[in-house]
Amino acid sequence: MSGSRRRGGIRGNEAVAGWLFVAPVVVILGLFLLLPILMALWVSLSGWNGQGSPFRADVPFVGADNYTRLFTQDGLARENFMTSIRNNAYYVLLVVPAQTVLALGLALVVNRRVLRGRSFFRTAFYFPSVTSSVAISVMFLFLFANTGAVNSLLSVFGLDGPQWFADPRGLLHLSLSGLGLVDLAHPPAALTDGGLLGLSWWEWLSGPSVAMSTIIILVVWTTSGTFMLMFLAALQDVPVQLEEASLIDGAGPWQRLRYVTLPLLKPTMFLVITLGLISTWQVFDQIYVMSQGNPAKTTLTPAYLSYRTAFKDFEYGSGAAISFVLFLLIVVLTLVQRWVMRDRDRVPRTRARLLPTRTRRS
Amino acid sequence: MSVAADRPRSPARRDGGRTLASHFVGYAVLIFFALVFLYPFVIQLANAFKSEPDAAANPLAPLPDPVTTAAFTRIFEGTGFPRWVGNSLVVTTVVTAGRVFLDSLAGYALARLHFRGRAAVTGAVVAVMAVPGVVLLIPKFLVLNQLGIYNSYTALILPVIVDAAGVFIMRQFFVSVPVSVEEAARIDGAGVFRTFWSVVLPMARPALITLTILSFQGSWNEFPHTLVAVQSPELFTLPRGVADLVSGSLGAGSQYPLKLGAALLATIPVAVIFLVFQRHFVRGAAEGASKE
Repeated sequence: MSGSRRRGGIRGNEAVAGWLFVAPVVVILGLFLLLPILMALWVSLSGWNGQGSPFRADVPFVGADNYTRLFTQDGLARENFMTSIRNNAYYVLLVVPAQTVLALGLALVVNRRVLRGRSFFRTAFYFPSVTSSVAISVMFLFLFANTGAVNSLLSVFGLDGPQWFADPRGLLHLSLSGLGLVDLAHPPAALTDGGLLGLSWWEWLSGPSVAMSTIIILVVWTTSGTFMLMFLAALQDVPVQLEEASLIDGAGPWQRLRYVTLPLLKPTMFLVITLGLISTWQVFDQIYVMSQGNPAKTTLTPAYLSYRTAFKDFEYGSGAAISFVLFLLIVVLTLVQRWVMRDRDRVPRTRARLLPTRTRRS
Repeated sequence: MSVAADRPRSPARRDGGRTLASHFVGYAVLIFFALVFLYPFVIQLANAFKSEPDAAANPLAPLPDPVTTAAFTRIFEGTGFPRWVGNSLVVTTVVTAGRVFLDSLAGYALARLHFRGRAAVTGAVVAVMAVPGVVLLIPKFLVLNQLGIYNSYTALILPVIVDAAGVFIMRQFFVSVPVSVEEAARIDGAGVFRTFWSVVLPMARPALITLTILSFQGSWNEFPHTLVAVQSPELFTLPRGVADLVSGSLGAGSQYPLKLGAALLATIPVAVIFLVFQRHFVRGAAEGASKE
C-alpha cells in the first residue's frame, strides 16, 4: 500500500467495479442454483403434487417421510429406489474400470514417440466425447437394434444377438446359470427368501441387465477419449531421461510400465477414477433417450427415477428427496476427490526432487 | 529402422525383430480402435441415406443401395426439425455470447480487482462447479415455475447464461497474465471497465476462443435443462426435438434412416468446429483436469 490519495481512489473504484463485474454471475447462480436448491429442500419435505405453488399454506408438510419411504418403509418407492441404486452400482462397477483401462491403454499407445499419425488417432478417439449425448444415443439405438449393426456383425460369426433393449436378464444371473450353478426359472430359495432393503438377495445379485450393458458400452465408448487426453497430458510430463535410464538399466517394456510409468501416472489415475465415479452416478440423458428405465426397471437409475417420479408421477416431494440423496452421494465423492487431489499440487515438486537422484543412480 | 537409429545405445537393437513386431501390434491396436470409434459414424451417415428396408437388411454396409434422401425430405417436411434448428441457433448464440462476456468479466474481477468478499465469491464459484447438473432438474423447474417463466425462451437461456467452470477458466487465465500492461493503462487514467474492455480482453484471445468453443459445444448439446425449462414443441431445441422423435412421436424400432439423419445433422456443427479448433478442445479437457 503506497498510502497515497490517488492509489486509494483507484482501489475504491475497484471495490465497486469488482462487485459490478461479478454481479451477473452471483445473481444468476444465486437465483437459478442456490435458491432452487433451497426450494427443492422444502419440497422434499412436503407432499406437493405440482398443483399451484408449493409454498402455499395448504401444501402438506410431511417431514422426513419422503426420505424414510426410500430407506425404511416397505413399498414401491423403496423398491424402485433400491432397484435404481443396484442398477447404477453395477453400471459404475463396469464403466469406471473399463473406461480407465481403455483410456490408459489408448494413451500409452498413442504416446509412443515413434508412431506416425498420432494426431489422427487422438482425434478419432476423442471425437465421440464432443458430440451430443442425444445424437450418440440415437446412433446406439440403431447399432443395437434387433436388425442393427451389432447383431448383424454377430451373425457373421454365426452368433444370434439378443434383443438388446428388451432383455432384462442380468449378466451375473446369466453367467451363474451358464456355469450351471443356478436355474433361472427356479432361483435358489436361499437367495429369494432373504433380502435387504426391499430387494431379495437374488435381485441384488442380478448384475447389469443386457439392456443396461448397451448403455455401459455406449458410455465407455464416449468418455474414454476425454480421459485418454488426461493420461496423454500426464504422459507428456514423464521425463524422457527417466525412460532412457530404465532402458539402459535393461528394463523391458512391461517393467518400465509397471515401475516407471504407472507410478508417475498415479495422480492422473486417481483423478480419472474419481471423475468417473462422480459422472457415472449422474447418468441420465442416455437412459431418457434409449430405455426410460425399461425393460423391467433394469435401466432405472436414481437420476432418471427422480425425474420420472416428479414429472411423470407428479410426486415432486419424493422426486426431490431422491435428488438430495444422490446429491449427497456425489458431494461425498467430490470431497474425496478434492481431498485426494490436494496432494497433486505437490507432485511436480516431488518429481523434480526425485529426478536428479534417479538419473544419477543410473 | 529410424527407431533403432534414434536410440543407438538402447537394447532395442538386440531384439530389432521384437521392436518391429511391437510396432505392428501397436498399429493394429490403433487401427482396430480407430474403427471402433469412427465406424459407428460411418454407419450413421450411410444409413441416413438408405431406404428403410435396406437399413434393416444391411445395417453394416457403408454404402447405401439405393441412395435416397427420402429421410431428409421427411425430416425437413414432416417434423419440427427446421424450428428446432432455429431455436438451437438462437439459444446457442445468446448463451455463448452471454457466457463469454459475463464469465470473463467475473473471472477478471476475481483474478485482479481488490474488493471485499472476493475470496468468498471465488470459493462459491469453486463449490458451484461441484454441484451435479442432474440433481438440479427439479429445483430448476421449481424456480422457473415460481418466477412464471417456465416454457419460454427466457427459461431456456437465462439459467445457463453463466457457468461457474467458465468463470474459473477465465480467472485462472487472468491470474497467469502479467499485470504491468493494465497498470499502465490505469495510470493513464482509463477506468476499470475501459481497461478491461480495450486492454485486457484483446490480450485474452486464446482463453476467449477456448471459452467460446466450450460454451458453444455445451449449449448446442444441452439436453436435460430443456426438459425442465420448456414443454411446447415450438420451443424445443435440437437435442430435445431429436430425443422426442426417438422416445415419443415416432416410437421405437422404426424409421431409423430418419432418426439417424436427424442425429447426424445435429452432430455436424460441433463436428466441424471440433475439427477446426481441435487444440482448444484439448486444452479445455486439460483445464478440466487441472481445475478439479
